[in-house]
Amino acid sequence: MTDATPKPKRKNPVARTRLPTLPPASRSRAALGLARAAAEGRFEMQACADCGAVQYPPREVCGSCLSERLDWREVANGGALIATTTLRHSNDPYFRERLPWRVGTVKMDAGPSVVAHVHEDCHEAGRVRLALKLDRSGQAVLHALPAEDTPNMNDSPQLRETHCDPKHRRVLVTDGRSTLGRAMVKALLDAGASTVFIGDPATWKADAGFDAFVASDPRIEPVALDVTDTDSVDRLAASIGAKVEILINTADHLRDGGVMNARDVGLARDAFDVNVLGLMRLAQAFGPTMCFRAADGTHGAVAWVNLLSIHALAALPARGAWSASKAAALSAALTLRAEFGGAGIRVMNVFPGPIDDEWEQLTPPPKLAPSAVAAAVVRGLRDGVEDLYVGDVAEELRARLRDNQKAVERELGG
Amino acid sequence: MSTAILAQFMAELLSGRIRLVDLTQTLTPEFPTIVLPPELGQAWPFRIEEISRYDERGPAWYWNNFSCSEHTGTHFDAPVHWVTGKDQPNNAVDSIPVDNFIAAACVIDVSAEAAKNPDFLLTIDFVEKWEEKHGRIPERSWVLLRTDWSKRSGAKEYLNMAEDGAHSPGPDAEVVPWLIRERHVHGFGTESIGTDAGQAHHLNPPYPCHYFMHGNNRYGLQCLTNLDQLPPQGALILAAPLKIRNGSGSPLRVLALTPHI
Repeated sequence: MTDATPKPKRKNPVARTRLPTLPPASRSRAALGLARAAAEGRFEMQACADCGAVQYPPREVCGSCLSERLDWREVANGGALIATTTLRHSNDPYFRERLPWRVGTVKMDAGPSVVAHVHEDCHEAGRVRLALKLDRSGQAVLHALPAEDTPNMNDSPQLRETHCDPKHRRVLVTDGRSTLGRAMVKALLDAGASTVFIGDPATWKADAGFDAFVASDPRIEPVALDVTDTDSVDRLAASIGAKVEILINTADHLRDGGVMNARDVGLARDAFDVNVLGLMRLAQAFGPTMCFRAADGTHGAVAWVNLLSIHALAALPARGAWSASKAAALSAALTLRAEFGGAGIRVMNVFPGPIDDEWEQLTPPPKLAPSAVAAAVVRGLRDGVEDLYVGDVAEELRARLRDNQKAVERELGG
Repeated sequence: MSTAILAQFMAELLSGRIRLVDLTQTLTPEFPTIVLPPELGQAWPFRIEEISRYDERGPAWYWNNFSCSEHTGTHFDAPVHWVTGKDQPNNAVDSIPVDNFIAAACVIDVSAEAAKNPDFLLTIDFVEKWEEKHGRIPERSWVLLRTDWSKRSGAKEYLNMAEDGAHSPGPDAEVVPWLIRERHVHGFGTESIGTDAGQAHHLNPPYPCHYFMHGNNRYGLQCLTNLDQLPPQGALILAAPLKIRNGSGSPLRVLALTPHI
């Protein structure tokens, strides 16, 4: 059984902060198919369209029949652990700092035998589940997990290297006044976050419900934060930047209005200021300190979450300006992911469908409860994914975009 | 003759017998801007971004870009700001005759009343009592309402929002036309975020200060400060808005010249 990771002690203020190191990141282009699956928490392997063989590692041609017709397919992730060993020495700087490290060979039910990182609760010769996880380099790696969940299994040090569990971490929710922001704070507290900084863009607003919510848990710390104000973002980063281990950007400016069918660019400008420039201001103010703290103790800075929308991928003409801002935010987030890559900080982009809040009043159901989105974000952090599609609308649109983007364009425009 | 007067004026100023008082709030991102229902168009708050500060973006110089609405911070309202003033001649900040940017001021102190009642409304009766004490309001004079609202710390106190909107003092619907008709005032100025009271949308007409002042080609000043340093009568106000083509108003530096007391 895995020991629960203890709450981190207060840091020794005169000790040097360990800098982040990364596991080896180079992969063949074929192997990056694994990253596509791991990014969304799916388990896929290459399968031959001619002979049906499942193969690992991924290659350009089928290892059995030399066919080039290789598909990526979800395959059974069960298998038998046939051998393990525990590394006590490594010349790789990343693994040197994390020894001992358990690896082993799994004979998969789907066919191949694979080398995987092995969870401490897996018994030799026993059944295991394989999972594709993103490591700190953002590359897919195979982890063998116990066939059934074991207590505290997510706290295993090897598995902790693949996820961003908010437990015992300090989290900044950039807009805690919104319905979604509040649900996010609640979900983080339930997940064991040690502090949740709750950004307040409208400190002048009288709202007894918000005040009561802030007072409801001593782990909530309200902070003034308006992402459209560079000075406000900078000041907050200067005061709490070295405490933020997960940043969840919930700030949003959702209004109806198209591109030609809008009176002016005023709403578009407001949407871009919050959704795109706000993200950039936060990144410039909080990002460098988070990078520096990515390996700071057992609970270093680990993740950056952007609450986008499925309409970042497919414009909703009724909200054309807002859709454009979400698409731009997604593009900025991809750059941010590249920039955070060197520190191993995960950028998780969340693509929900319509959320049941005041600005979606006229949107017909199905709409996502804010608590459902918040729960999905926490689950995504615990699973260590980097792209999260939340709800039926988002998942269906995602699937249909892959199938026929032109059909989606025409239907959303109709 | 006027050359001599100007020279004397400068001498008085330098000797301190005439004092300059700054009636302007500092433009900061935190300073509140008027709050409208979120589905309406919104005035931009003050925002500022550095262009360079003796660094790789500009080695020897420091400068900023800033953005704000015409009605952010201490600002001037031109008649064209309100629908009632839309057809007045010379009603925008670029076309207002420049001599209108200097005028005398009467400062009516309602700070005690406003402290007790944030919804305090200035009435004809109150102004007449003030005149008994301080003299009749001269023609072409600003009427400035001293409420000490500028001393409220932070946006929450300053806006004083409740579920039914903002609560701050202002003039009632009778006193504004009376000031125009009977006293021929130049305009109306306040320390709070608008020339009208926080609950003025419930008056008849709504926003009477905007409605009547601008409808009669008069001006507004708001977000003023340091009104407590002005005498009830005798100060001169320099308030020249930016020359924005067809502008409805602008942030500005408002200065008062007062006899040293």
